Amino acid sequence: MDGINTVELAVFIAFFVVVTALGFGAARWRRAENLMHLDEWGLGGRSFGTWITWFLIGGDIYTAYTFVAVPALVFGAGAAGFFAVPYTVVVYPLIFLVVIRLWSVSHVRGFVTPADFVRSRFDSPTMALLVAITGIVATMPYIALQLVGIEAVLKTMGVTGELPIIVAFLILAVYTYSSGLRAPALIAFVKDTLIYLTIIVAVIVIPTKLGGWDVVFGAAEEKFDLAGSGGLLLPGTGQLQYATLALGSALALFLYPHSITGALAAKSRGTLQKNMSLLPVYSLALGFIALLGFMAIAAGTTPVDGDGNTIVPALFQQMFPSWFAGIAFAAVGIGALVPAAIMSIAAANLFTRNIYKEYLKKDATPTQEAKVAKLASLVVKVGAVAAIIFIDPQFSIDLQLIGGAIILQTLPSVGIGLYTRWLHRGALVAGWTAGMLTALWTLYEIPRLGPDGTVVREHFGGSAFSLGKLGLDTSTTVYAGFLALLVNLVVAVLVTVALRAMKVDDGVDGTADSDYTAEREDPSVRDLPDPLDSAAGDAARRG
Amino acid sequence: MDEQPPAASRRAADVAPRRSDKNPWNWLLLLPIVLPLLVPLYNRRDPELFGWPFFYWAQLAFVVVGVLTTTLVHRAHQRRKQG
Repeated sequence: MDGINTVELAVFIAFFVVVTALGFGAARWRRAENLMHLDEWGLGGRSFGTWITWFLIGGDIYTAYTFVAVPALVFGAGAAGFFAVPYTVVVYPLIFLVVIRLWSVSHVRGFVTPADFVRSRFDSPTMALLVAITGIVATMPYIALQLVGIEAVLKTMGVTGELPIIVAFLILAVYTYSSGLRAPALIAFVKDTLIYLTIIVAVIVIPTKLGGWDVVFGAAEEKFDLAGSGGLLLPGTGQLQYATLALGSALALFLYPHSITGALAAKSRGTLQKNMSLLPVYSLALGFIALLGFMAIAAGTTPVDGDGNTIVPALFQQMFPSWFAGIAFAAVGIGALVPAAIMSIAAANLFTRNIYKEYLKKDATPTQEAKVAKLASLVVKVGAVAAIIFIDPQFSIDLQLIGGAIILQTLPSVGIGLYTRWLHRGALVAGWTAGMLTALWTLYEIPRLGPDGTVVREHFGGSAFSLGKLGLDTSTTVYAGFLALLVNLVVAVLVTVALRAMKVDDGVDGTADSDYTAEREDPSVRDLPDPLDSAAGDAARRG
Repeated sequence: MDEQPPAASRRAADVAPRRSDKNPWNWLLLLPIVLPLLVPLYNRRDPELFGWPFFYWAQLAFVVVGVLTTTLVHRAHQRRKQG
């Protein structure tokens, strides 16, 4: 592992150059008349068909960090790390009916962000602001984590220092600045082709080299037996955590602003529904990727510099010829750029629509809005790079953990709100506050245990909250975010009952029932929303 | 759009036909949601398949269940839309 592997690095850089060219070229691809509208820049003109949507949402959900961290977790803990598979099985049927309602109402009313929806549905600028801030805070560390993915690959190739990461992100920042959502959609094609190629080759070649799947699982079992922690199966006390983490993560996934951005860019309800049945193909791939962790155990791979996240790149380097390892590394590297681009666009939209226009400059013109959104996306990315360079990467991993738990707290307003506005706007704020406090407290109370069961760190050590802390006589653990969501819901319901009994005004619903089932062909469904749109532009686009 | 008066909602209601996204086929979606959450059901080693413990191949099989059910429900929605 001394020095730089030149073949790997050359292949990696070659792909990066191709992708950069694509990113800049994207501005001209499926071009609309005017990229200076926020809708054009931020939602790709809302006209992505089944395949582009599939690549876009896939690139959004299955990130570089997933490809690096999930097998690393399986490598270290075994079965518990496999939760990513049930999580991505549960998510699609769970949101199959929900997300198309959001698509419809957004296209009728011209919502670009989840906070736009909450603002109008519950007539509550306060709750909308909370949703926007939650979204931005939860997304930032997620972007930073993508850099951790690139860093792991670079480290394995022997490239150290911060400069390469800064360069990679600078390129990303510049082309999303000029091409908006088109850039990640186009690059996602390249990324997924490389990812699938790598996975198929890895799943065939590596177990064969190692002597078959039973050898792979056998070696893993032996390792966990020796270590006395982790295992091929879950311990009895970890089963509730496994199920609640899968369910909680699934519920959280489509509350993240970047997944909503990806979904809203789809052409129609049918496009989205078809995607819900096609996206699980990624989950199959994810299952195999997770098992790379066991393959690394069987191959006796050791992480570079003790950094667990390098386990998969190190395995590839050990098992593949350099040129192919370079391709695999490029897949991970590009895999980091796609979600990072979408996430920064989503965070920028939230800032522009729900903070800048709402509180700072109410009379902003569409051109001003688009300018601010572009600038905000740059600021978000610079922030992410700064976070990685100046703060311990571990810190962003912790923040991401918190991010998942806090984004769940927007479920009552964004998710349940799509079906009913029975929950009172005041109760939503109260529930959010209670859920937030619970999430932070429970996560704070979770210690990180070393392999021998001693406490390595006292706080923010994971997401498995021991029910024993609540005075229950059990060692069963549960996902902290899930517990917080329950508290949130209970408070929201109780306060709603109280406020309704006191006849407190619950505002005016800015949406109609029929909005939620509107189809693309309906006259009420628009490509570009008022007030971002001029009537003439809309007519021209409809042709 | 933000300060939309109630009158505007009524106007939108006029142009968008009232529909329902309720469909008996939707119940099928419960299967891939509930199955992966019943951990004790699959947290076991046997039967193995190609050297894979049940825990691992069962969960990949759930992916297939998810694909099949969502495809069926999507088809049902489309039939209703056309019919």
